[in-house]
Amino acid sequence: MGGSEIIVQIKGLSKRFPGVMALSNVDLELKRGEIHGLMGENGAGKSTLIKVLTGLYSRDAGEIFLENEPFELHSPEEAPTFGISTVYQEINLIPALSVAENIYIGREPTRFGRIDWKSITARAKKAIKKLDLDIDVTLPVSSFSVAIQQLVAITRALDISGKVLVLDEPTSSLDTAEVEQLFSVMRKLKDDGIAILFITHFIDQAYEITDRITVLRNGELVGQFETEKLPRIELIAKMLGRDVTESQGESGTASGTETIKEKEVFYQIRGMERQGSISAFDLDICTGEVLGLAGLLGSGRTEIARLLFGIDRPQKGETRLEGSAVSISSPRKAIGHYFGFCPEDRKTEGIISDLTVRENIILAIQARNGIFNIIPRKKQDEIVNKFIKALDIKTPGAEQIVNNLSGGNQQKVIIARWLASNPKFLILDEPTRGIDVGAKAEIQKLIKSLSREEGMAILFISSELEEVIRCSDRVAVLRDRNKLAELTGDQIEENAIMHIIASEDVQ
Amino acid sequence: MSAPRIINENFQRLLWPLVALGLILLFNFLFTPGFINLEIKDGHLFGSMIDILNRGAPVMLLSIGMTLVFATGGIDLSVGAVIAISGALAATIIRPDYVKGVLEYGELRPLLVVVSIPLIVSIIAGLWNGMLVAYVGIQPIIATLILMVAGRGIAQLITKGQIVVFIHEPFQFIGSGFLFGLPFPISIVLFMCAIAYFLTRKTALGMFIEAVGANPVASRFMGVRERWIKISVYMFCGLCSGIAGLIICADIKAADANNAGFLLELDAIASVIIGGTMWGGRYTILGSIIGTLIIQSLTTTILTRGIAPEITLVFKAVVIICVALVQSENFRQIFSSRLAKLKAR
Repeated sequence: MGGSEIIVQIKGLSKRFPGVMALSNVDLELKRGEIHGLMGENGAGKSTLIKVLTGLYSRDAGEIFLENEPFELHSPEEAPTFGISTVYQEINLIPALSVAENIYIGREPTRFGRIDWKSITARAKKAIKKLDLDIDVTLPVSSFSVAIQQLVAITRALDISGKVLVLDEPTSSLDTAEVEQLFSVMRKLKDDGIAILFITHFIDQAYEITDRITVLRNGELVGQFETEKLPRIELIAKMLGRDVTESQGESGTASGTETIKEKEVFYQIRGMERQGSISAFDLDICTGEVLGLAGLLGSGRTEIARLLFGIDRPQKGETRLEGSAVSISSPRKAIGHYFGFCPEDRKTEGIISDLTVRENIILAIQARNGIFNIIPRKKQDEIVNKFIKALDIKTPGAEQIVNNLSGGNQQKVIIARWLASNPKFLILDEPTRGIDVGAKAEIQKLIKSLSREEGMAILFISSELEEVIRCSDRVAVLRDRNKLAELTGDQIEENAIMHIIASEDVQ
Repeated sequence: MSAPRIINENFQRLLWPLVALGLILLFNFLFTPGFINLEIKDGHLFGSMIDILNRGAPVMLLSIGMTLVFATGGIDLSVGAVIAISGALAATIIRPDYVKGVLEYGELRPLLVVVSIPLIVSIIAGLWNGMLVAYVGIQPIIATLILMVAGRGIAQLITKGQIVVFIHEPFQFIGSGFLFGLPFPISIVLFMCAIAYFLTRKTALGMFIEAVGANPVASRFMGVRERWIKISVYMFCGLCSGIAGLIICADIKAADANNAGFLLELDAIASVIIGGTMWGGRYTILGSIIGTLIIQSLTTTILTRGIAPEITLVFKAVVIICVALVQSENFRQIFSSRLAKLKAR
């Protein structure tokens, strides 16, 4: 079989969800024996594309060819019969069952109507061997590391059908050695002529393993590229939807820690580290300043926010708050020091959707006050109405259930919650995600005025580079869970940031 | 301007339980002779409806505690077992040597001791449940199952497997006394309702309970002490069960570790569900009380109609299914769309 034979061809694929065009007119071709990277930021349409390919969603327009035959799936169960199998980010194995059972669950070989355990074990052993893996297949899956579990999931997928393997962010919970193990298996499968569609947001990994890369952005195809011929900076620019101008190449790479002079450091972090989420970093949070975090999806932005707010605990690191050493080990402590945090995932971490606007705003202050020191209802209404007006929250009233508000207004409710608590330091993780343009501009304006006029320290996280640049006084650039550099003043500029993200010198 | 909405919302939730209760009462007014009669004998109120309230008192107490546990997204299966423990303790305190075969009473134990020790132990039982749920992280249904099973054993150990009968006038008042013409257990229920109301609605506890139940992660991110809240509702639920245990024990003048409060946890859970409290989030204690009244009046109705008591269970099941269906938004949607289709034809 020739190495360049096309096995899957997607042409003009479109998928519409109520209110959004998740995919519009996307093409993709997958060849036998290649590892094809699928990359893009949040909302690019990667997962939609996979779900259409594997039959979880139906498509609205476009064609898919499998070995030159047009084909259409009606349910995900059909995918394996066509030779397409998928391994998702969250491993879908049953932890308590053995490796062998997991590989054959749902399609156990039988003898005289009974499950043939001997042949299950034997066949599982053989299948596992194919990946150069040597483990006891009778042990429960939960007794192995995440990496091995990942490989077991791949074994299962390949044993069902072995033409096309879709790997959806398989490396996001693996450490370096484990990633290497996975990659060597992927290379072996590639040599066996299997086509692998590899979704990742790690730039380094994409360059290490893929032959070609397809980039999506906002549901549209940016392009399909030979990995070798695509400079890193180009890839990043394409993912972010920006242009690169070559001239200002290296100007921004210098670390700018010495430039913090007049600004008073509110919260100082040195050598903070948490394994598997972010490697050691220093950060100064200053009063009256917006510190932006720039980086691609999965670069460690949210991880930093969670560490600073005490949700996750660092393994190492020293922290000083207004000059004296502190350890912020829980959100409650953080709030006690007048921190506030608007989380990225509004629905599950931010709002309490069954409660009213008033309760959602009051809760954080009330939690700090304690149970018995209740804020009188009149005062509550005063506070809530003040912020409904100040932030222009569109709600019929303070007693409206938050769930009935639009996304942008829910976001404002969360911001109001923290503003009501008079924070000194506010962490905003993607505060403008998924809200309309008008509300977005208002929130950006608010961020600036809070830092300039109220002297608040703000940590601003956004996957939109342009927004980070516009709002921030200082920008820390992240890539692959490393803080690479800090930029201030005129250094804060698109090209500089993209060049830093693209630079290869930092491991 | 915003207050009517809240009243409205609460009323909506109580509407169907009230309708169900109304129907059962209406049936009795029409078909059960003497049902509406209220008599005053020696300054005490008597009658079928008072009887329903009185008999329902233990389950009402359980459902007050259960409502709060439900609101935090939990469940307490151990309330029946705590009833048994509390009763067994009270009876053995009154007659400590009965289990050794000594029939004499010895000195009369002060009421305070007879009441407070079982209640303290009940609160500790709740603390145990709360710790398992909040700190050990066991699922509430499993965590409380432990005490549901073990609790009855503990109660039997206390009574050495015997039914401890006793006479203790002041203590018996809890089960069969009258206060302001009403049976004393009803007064206790009113008192505990008031306590629950003030503890949760006049402090921020109620809001925290609903927040923790509706979204534990977001609550934690706001600095709400999720664990503390959970532990306190289980402790309160333990206290309610303990009081219910004292009422039952004082009423029958005996502690029966095997049967006291047996399966009452299911009645309490049913009451909460019928009353319209969501699992994890908004709660209404009043609704749960109405829920208990529905179950209790149904039981009484069946008994007074001379239907075999075994059938009570079937009736209960039917009522629970009906009210649960009516409360279910999915069902209402399906039902109304079907109705619309029928009309279209």
